[in-house]
Order: sequence, then structure tokens, then C-alpha cells
Amino acid sequence: MSNPSLRELTRNGLWKNNPALVQLLGLCPLLGVSNSAVNALGLALASMLVLTCSNIAVSLVRGVVNTAVRLPAFVMIIAALTTCIELLMQAFTYELYQILGIFIPLITTNCVILGRADGFAAKHNPLLAGYDGFIMGIGFGVVLVVLGALRELFGTGAVFANLDLLLGPIAADWQLTLVEDYKGFLLAILPPGAFIVLGLLIALKNRIDQQLAERATAAQPVATPAPSRRVRVTGAIE
Amino acid sequence: MALPRITSPHATGSNRTRQVMLLVLAATLPGVLALTWLYGAGTLINLLWASTVALAVEALLLRLRQRPVRFFLADGSALVTAVLLALALPPYAPWWLTLIAVGGAIAFGKQLYGGLGQNPFNPAMIGYVVVLISFPLEMTTWPATHAFGPVDAFSHIFGIASLPDGWSQATALDVLKINQSLTVAELWQNPAFGHYGGIGSEVVNLAFLAGGLFMLHKRLFSWHAPVGMLGALVLMSLIFWNGSGSDSNGSPVFHLLTGATMFGAFFIVTDPVSGATSTLGRLIFGAGVGILVYVIRAWGGYPDAMAFAVLLMNLAAPTIDYYTRPRTYGHRKPERGFKLGE
Repeated sequence: MSNPSLRELTRNGLWKNNPALVQLLGLCPLLGVSNSAVNALGLALASMLVLTCSNIAVSLVRGVVNTAVRLPAFVMIIAALTTCIELLMQAFTYELYQILGIFIPLITTNCVILGRADGFAAKHNPLLAGYDGFIMGIGFGVVLVVLGALRELFGTGAVFANLDLLLGPIAADWQLTLVEDYKGFLLAILPPGAFIVLGLLIALKNRIDQQLAERATAAQPVATPAPSRRVRVTGAIE
Repeated sequence: MALPRITSPHATGSNRTRQVMLLVLAATLPGVLALTWLYGAGTLINLLWASTVALAVEALLLRLRQRPVRFFLADGSALVTAVLLALALPPYAPWWLTLIAVGGAIAFGKQLYGGLGQNPFNPAMIGYVVVLISFPLEMTTWPATHAFGPVDAFSHIFGIASLPDGWSQATALDVLKINQSLTVAELWQNPAFGHYGGIGSEVVNLAFLAGGLFMLHKRLFSWHAPVGMLGALVLMSLIFWNGSGSDSNGSPVFHLLTGATMFGAFFIVTDPVSGATSTLGRLIFGAGVGILVYVIRAWGGYPDAMAFAVLLMNLAAPTIDYYTRPRTYGHRKPERGFKLGE
């Protein structure tokens, strides 16, 4: 299998094959913890770290593990890495660790990670695999944080509240109140809000793609196909 | 002699969407009058504002979806959604509440699914639930039964000036829900109660019943869904009546004439798009709504339950239709579902 270029990997991870907007993988944590920007950022960083490390580790053992038992082996690797991250978060960001709760151990079962391990890392060298994990993690994380920030904004009228849970006391007053004396739109924070805002984000991405495609076709003059010689009963005859 | 060759159905133009929608609007008239008589001009302002928002949002989304705007606006379905929603909202709901509810109903409940006829949920109830779970305080502030003039109502709804203190009161369903120690006879002294149901809401329910019977007479829907719903509600409240002690859940008559019962039974449950299709299916659909309404009223967290019950049954409607499809003439009844041993 030919190795894809780094440029191609970047494009895939961030936009064309974005794990959250196109592959729709890892929806459970994506929808579950994106009710505020700080929760989303915390989980995004944790997932990205696990994804990068697991891709490297899986790529390193790819010649050793028998194909028949590869999935259990990959899950073991991912679970070990998730445990490391969980212990780190417990040590350094204890409050956020408590808020995110079950979603940190559940990183193990995040389909993005297993998908990249089996689909990419098991077939490529550690350098490429690591880069792919990193960029996929960024793609997943950006969507997660945007979703979290939007839901927090619609729900409470402010974004980036309690960032100090993750970034330490410097970030204590980074909260951005955009609308003073906001009533609070509870729906955005509740589960339906996650589905609605994610749906709107996907629609926005598709719309941008569509517009780009239109622009690309408008730029190139379309070659008219040669007229058909056969008599056709359906379709347009040029 | 030239015979016109027209294939069936040989229907005249009486069942066109526009005609049906206009009849539904006409049938809400008794309810509108009752609400206005009891609670003042707030209802009328809500109606106007909701209709304006609905038409604007519908036109905008039709434009975005590149559909003929004028054609779909003229069928009146957006107007019916707006009117039903405005009648369900509290009469003095602030303007932004109506805006969010109607916008949510038309945009998310209807157009995003593909417009009229494609929506799996009742759009009006989607809009109602959106604001009910987001703004519980505003949604449960019902006025006491005294009328305010149009100027007071307008300035309250659009946030210019508030109505005098004490303009709102708990509804009968609220009072019954939070009641701990009073027997029903003592409870009835509360100003929230009228003769048979909640004060005000008994009159409103009778008015909606009249409108519903008018629609039934005009054959806009069959009797199955409303009868199923009201029957199940009566049956449930009979079984769990529990006498007149302090743990009473209210009598059948109370449940029939309080809250959104009649409005829901005739204007919401009968929605031809989001409900079940076959006659037996409609009966089951209505009964499911009735049971859920009672369950949530008696043991749930919200005082009234029409919107939640209808949305839950909307989810079940395809399954109900699957199992109640009538036998085609000349065919055997199809066997449905899974059987053991397969």
C-alpha cells in the first residue's frame, strides 16, 4: 500500500474525512460531554493523546500481532493508554475528572480510536500512524470544542466558563459573557441540543463543500460529451 | 355524445389541504372566544404574533429549500400550526417565547423533515416542548381569570410594562399535583378550581369540545382517535381515582375538563400526518395518548402532559401502523412480527 503524503493526511483528518462530521464516529462522547467548552476541551485533549499514542503503539506491533487476535490486542493497548490519561487527569485536573466521569474510561471504546488503529495504523509506519492519530484527534477535538462552545453559548449566553478547571488559575476569568442577563435556553444544554447543533454543523460543512465544488466546476469549462450514436429511450440526447 | 373520461377518485374539491386547514381554523373559534373572554386580549395578541412568525419562518425556509413559497404558504398549514401553538401557550407569554416556540415548530418540527406531510412529529407539539423544557417558569405562568385590556396585554407581552402583581395563579393541575394534606373538598376552595375542573379551563375545554364536534360533523377526521384518547383517560382516572382523600388523583370529570384535554383530543391527536393511519391504529394511538397523559399528570414531573404524550405516541405510530394494517380484499391477513422457532 502506498503511503499517503502528510498533506493528504492533514486534509483528511481536518476536513475531508473528519471523524466527527463525516465518519460520524465517537458520537457518544461527542454528544455526551459537549455541553460546555471546558468539558469538550478536556475530553478533546484526552482523546487526542490516546489516539496519537495508540496509533504509534499499534503501528509498532503491527508485524507481531496475528490478524485473528488483532482487535483484542488493539483494545488492550488503547485501554492501557486510556488508564494512563485517566490517572493523569485525576492527578492534575481532579474537578474536571469528576465532571467528565464515565466518559474518560469510555475513550477506550471510542470508535474513532479503534477505527484509526485498525484502518490506518495497522498498515503504516509509526511516524505516519502517529501523525494520522494526531491530526484525526485535532479534527475530532475541534468539532467537539466548537459544539461545546456553541451549546454553552446558546444555553447560558456565555462561553469558556470554568476554564480554570483545565488550564489552572490563569484561566479563571476567561469567561466571555456575550449576552448579559440571558434567560438560559435549557434545550441547548440538554441532549436534544447536542443532536440539533451537530446536525447544523454537518449541514454547514456539506454546504461549504457544495459551494466549493460549484466554484470548481464553474472555473473549468465543461467538456461537452460526444453525442451518442445509439438511439436511446431514456436520458438526455445531446 | 362525449362522455368525460375521468378516473377515480371522483371527489369534489372539498378535501383540499387549504379547505381542511381553513375549517380547522374555523373550529378553533369557540376556544379562542372562550380564552379571550376569560383571560383578556393576551390570547389574540399571541395569535397574531404567532401567525406572523410562522408565515415569515415558513417563507424563509421554503426559499432556502428552493420550493415555491406562495404555493405552500397558501395551503394554510403553517397558520394552523401557529394558531394551535398560540392557543396552547399561556395567554401572556412574552414575545420571545412565542417566537422560539413557533420558529422551532416550523423550522425543526416541519421544514427540516421536508415540509407538510413529511414530519414524523406534530410540529405544534415540538414547538411547545422546546419552550416547555427550556423555560419552565414562563410556561407555567397562567393568568388568573380576569381580563386585561389590549394595551396592557400588548405592553406585557412585548416587555414594555408588566401587568399588576397577582395577575397569575397556579392552575388546578398544579394545585392537585403539589397537594400534600388537603382533601379534595378542601382543595376545591382554592381559587384555581371551578365547578367541575379548573376555573376557566372547564369553559375552555367545553369550547374546544364544541369546535371538535364541528370538525367531526364536517368529517375532517374519524371519531377513533379522540374517542380512544378520551376513553383511555376516563378509564385510567376511574381506576386510579382513589376517592376524595388528600392522595386523590382527581375524578374522571375533572380530568376531562381540565388542562389541555379537549384541545388535545380534537386538535392535536387527530393530526393526519404524525398519527396512525388505519382506524384500529387511530384507536390505539388515541388510547396511548390518553394513558400517557394520565400517567404523567398523576405520577410524572409535569402538571399537564399533552405534548409529551403526543410526541411519544408519534414515535410509536409507524409501529402501530405496521401491526394494524387492514386485510386487503381477497388476500389473507399478513403475519407480522417475529415468531418463536424461526
